[in-house]
Amino acid sequence: MEKKKIGVYVCHCGGNISDYVDVEKVRQAIEDEGGVMLAKTTMFACSDSNQKEMVDDIKNNDLNGVVVASCSPKLHLTTFGNVSERAGLNKYNYVHANIREQDSWAHSDDKPGATEKAILLVRAAIAKARLTESLEPNKIVAQKAVAIIGGGVAGMKAAIELSNMDCPVYIIEKEFFIGGRVSQWGAMFTTNETGKEVVTRLYNDMIKRANVTVFTGAEVVTNVGSIGDFKLKVKITPRYVKEKCDRGKLQQAIDACPVEVPDEFNFKITNRKAIYHNFPSEYPQAAVIDMNNCTRCGKCEPICDNIDFSQKEEILDIHVGSVLMATGFDPYTPHDGEFGYNEIGNVVTLPQFKRMIELSGKKLRYKGKNVKNIAYIYCVGSRQEEGGNTYCSRYCCTSAIHASLLVKKKFPDVYNYHFNRGIRTYGKQESLYYDSSAQGDIYLQAYEDALPVVSWNGSKTIVKINDILTGGREMEVEADLVVLVTGMVPRADNSVGTLFKLPKGRDKFFNEIHMKLRPVETFIDGVTISGACQGPKNIMESVNSALSAATKSYSYVSKGELETEPIVAVVNPDSCAWCNACSEACPFDAISMTKDGTKSIAMINNSVCKGCGMCLPVCPTDALELIAYSNNEIESMIDALAHD
Amino acid sequence: MAEKIRKSAKILVFSTEKISDPAIDMAGLLKLHYPPTVYTITLPCSSGIKSRWILHAYEKGFDGVFIAADGSDCVFGESCTEKTGEVVSRTHQLMKQKGIEPARLKMAAICSVCSESFVKQIKSFNEYLLKNTNS
Repeated sequence: MEKKKIGVYVCHCGGNISDYVDVEKVRQAIEDEGGVMLAKTTMFACSDSNQKEMVDDIKNNDLNGVVVASCSPKLHLTTFGNVSERAGLNKYNYVHANIREQDSWAHSDDKPGATEKAILLVRAAIAKARLTESLEPNKIVAQKAVAIIGGGVAGMKAAIELSNMDCPVYIIEKEFFIGGRVSQWGAMFTTNETGKEVVTRLYNDMIKRANVTVFTGAEVVTNVGSIGDFKLKVKITPRYVKEKCDRGKLQQAIDACPVEVPDEFNFKITNRKAIYHNFPSEYPQAAVIDMNNCTRCGKCEPICDNIDFSQKEEILDIHVGSVLMATGFDPYTPHDGEFGYNEIGNVVTLPQFKRMIELSGKKLRYKGKNVKNIAYIYCVGSRQEEGGNTYCSRYCCTSAIHASLLVKKKFPDVYNYHFNRGIRTYGKQESLYYDSSAQGDIYLQAYEDALPVVSWNGSKTIVKINDILTGGREMEVEADLVVLVTGMVPRADNSVGTLFKLPKGRDKFFNEIHMKLRPVETFIDGVTISGACQGPKNIMESVNSALSAATKSYSYVSKGELETEPIVAVVNPDSCAWCNACSEACPFDAISMTKDGTKSIAMINNSVCKGCGMCLPVCPTDALELIAYSNNEIESMIDALAHD
Repeated sequence: MAEKIRKSAKILVFSTEKISDPAIDMAGLLKLHYPPTVYTITLPCSSGIKSRWILHAYEKGFDGVFIAADGSDCVFGESCTEKTGEVVSRTHQLMKQKGIEPARLKMAAICSVCSESFVKQIKSFNEYLLKNTNS
């Protein structure tokens, strides 16, 4: 092997590392290590200026090994691999040492200990760099198609974008109607366009495209494969109503249905029948029978010929190269008694209130009583104490204030009282706050340790607060309706995420690799995330992330071929005696028997081997190694780390 | 002369790129502290760890080896848990043959967001090792 000439770069990461690790001491400790030709500290290893300096160093010093000691390799492995390649050095000769997440941050309570650990981590990386070899990536066929899980605004926008790039798309929507949460909204800020109008526009654009296939009542039940080659089984639940249906007779059949259940579309403030559709322009325009509640009484069948109980569940096979998650969110459901919810009769959530505005006629009434004083209680289910939902749901201040403007416009005699914890109508949304104040809405504010109290005095609902805007004075409002401004939470049923093994964050939403630098990629190669399944977002932000995720998913499949890591198992023919143990251990059938002269030995199929290493420990003669994780490499790292 | 009493045991962690390493990263992000004498070597999958690497670590002076296993989240398949368990069993046998206390090798499934679990496990392992190596 060519003698190694290694360049080492130890990063300050601003102060993220150097506030706790003495990076200059680290540099001095490793500069005389065998093979190290130059050792530098740098303020930001990932900065353009340092990347350029690295390229110059590699070229000018003819380096054939590079070590970067900085943040987690999850963030910058690709960055520094590309730096190496730009300098003409094969990227597999670059080794990363994580001295931020696994050192300076983890040991910020022990600076000398963190510095000592950094020295050993860098030495281990150097030990590995001494043994690295140039490698070429494997190439695999990538199926040029993307599955989008979720047919809300984010999913539809991503589908249109992928379709524009000539990429076949499958939308897999669990509900029987497309549109997600947005279809439930009435007029929305900033254009006052309704949710229904936005969904209609997207649906009409999407459905005319030959390369977009939409499945409703559809769920992914199994997933086999990996990036470039996901094989999905999708269960399609029947609607039990033929798509081309005579509307007049259908309505008669709905009227005849004796079953009434709370309507989830209206957040249970109204009821629907077991045979139902969401509203006159639901998509697809076809009713559905809810078999969980249908009693099979048979009253609808004689009325409408298009009711078809013979429809059967189907399982479809879909083969795609990438999966884009757009599964959205659920509104937070307050627990019983939280600000009087489910205990005091006139306490509703913001989503329920918005449906009430949409469905009300000339008077705003709730449970048969006119509504005049409306008290909005903010941050319900958001900004909670540790152990709860500590995050801000971002959209709710704007949504509540917008609702207060709509209700005042539609019913001018109402009064709005906003019990808030500081209004967060960021960006253009601030104008709503101004308009609300200008129309005479009253804002009362509290800190988290003295939240407003909702009580029932036997005849009226009272909301009480010590208002910090008036020096802590106790104020109270007799409320005809209390609206709990609820935030966003992850979908109650996020099992599809488990199916794809998607990591979740502390907030239980799906987690991206890096919030700023890789915001739509996940640790599962080939799976991207978009919209509110990733965390609270308004529609504009969801669409932005959907476009980004569509582009990223497309980048995986666009060429029809993908480069994968050349990390595969290799067989030492001298020590292999073919016992079949490795073949039995391999979950991908990548190992078979071959002849080496007269001797039987194992053979690895590089295009099938995934580089898991399951075959390594079962070999009785230690004839198998994993490229980049050889005995020499691992044991030399252990030697370096063991050194006191 | 009495041996120096150490404040923390020297532990080698085998983590996995996709599952347990993100959890260990997140522990740092959350400033969940654990002893700085815990060092991680990252591999694709915990079921690919060789017994000889573990034994090599003891030979070179590590007090303990902790396998932060993929568990049922392994991207390479469900058999990972069972196979990693087999690695541990085989290594325990070898450790016994060499007179090394098997409890110095510990395995726990660490999911990609199991930062608190990782830190808890490591602290408890550290305490066990200190108690046994300082006594």
